Amino acid sequence: MTVKELMDKGWFKVINEGDDTERDIEKVFCCDLLSIAMGKAPAGCAWVTVMGNINTLAVATLADAAVVILAENAALDENATAKAEQQGVCVLATDMPIFDAALMIHEALNA
Amino acid sequence: MEDAIVLKYQVIDGEFQRAGEVSSDVKHKLKQLGVPADIVRKVAIAMYEGEVNMVIHANGGEITVEITPEQIRMILADVGPGIPDVEKAMQAGYSTASDATRNLGFGAGMGLPNMKKNTDSMDIETKLGEGTTITMVVRL
Ligand SMILES: Nc1ncnc2c1ncn2[C@@H]1O[C@H](COP(=O)(O)OP(=O)(O)OP(=O)(O)O)[C@@H](O)[C@H]1O
Ligand SMILES: [Mg+2]
Repeated sequence: MTVKELMDKGWFKVINEGDDTERDIEKVFCCDLLSIAMGKAPAGCAWVTVMGNINTLAVATLADAAVVILAENAALDENATAKAEQQGVCVLATDMPIFDAALMIHEALNA
Repeated sequence: MEDAIVLKYQVIDGEFQRAGEVSSDVKHKLKQLGVPADIVRKVAIAMYEGEVNMVIHANGGEITVEITPEQIRMILADVGPGIPDVEKAMQAGYSTASDATRNLGFGAGMGLPNMKKNTDSMDIETKLGEGTTITMVVRL
């Protein structure tokens, strides 16, 4: 499933589309602690988190996540939004809890 | 070392909003140089963790990156408080991060272990009250 296919499901609000929506999503990853995400998030993952600050975007870029999904209505602050645009990171949002959002993506990946 | 490319950056104390800029820039430059993606990712992860530590635990400092056909060497020199017990600091889960930085998602105590895991060698020189210099090498 590509990032675009995930967006097209209409489950999530699109905060920033990013530059590479044709990219394949490899796996779902969940964690809010940045250094754990940095160490464990696989390249090409869909990263589900409630941390919407600029450091989330830095980690997503450097660890090479395919898409960030902000769960629990977590907002992306102003600086983070600017960073997402500048770095071309795809950011989606939902009011669902982390597990529910992640499970939904996981099931779509394995469908 | 005739083919060495040297990059130098200043890291500014307390600039959370900018933490990660040096690592992003280095990542970009390595990609342009045609360095393989898995190496770029390792360097980016190690640099980011080191850069953030300079911002949250030390008082900023200077990062030097030397790129040769054989290796990428990163030297992170800060003017912070130094690390009293390096062995303890290297343990996964050990952190002295403040509540304010924990609220931003830092403080898992995984930064130094991530640096070690993603590099071929890592050396920490530290002096209490003077600062810390971390040298990491990733071989190409
Ligand atoms: N440059 C530094 N100067 C002074 N102390 C440092 C420095 N780098 C790390 N430390 C000390 O070592 C501890 C462990 O660092 P490490 O990067 O592993 O975890 P952290 O920064 O606390 O949390 P995380 O990196 O997971 O967000 C820090 O909490 C701090 O006490
Ligand atoms: Mg750290």
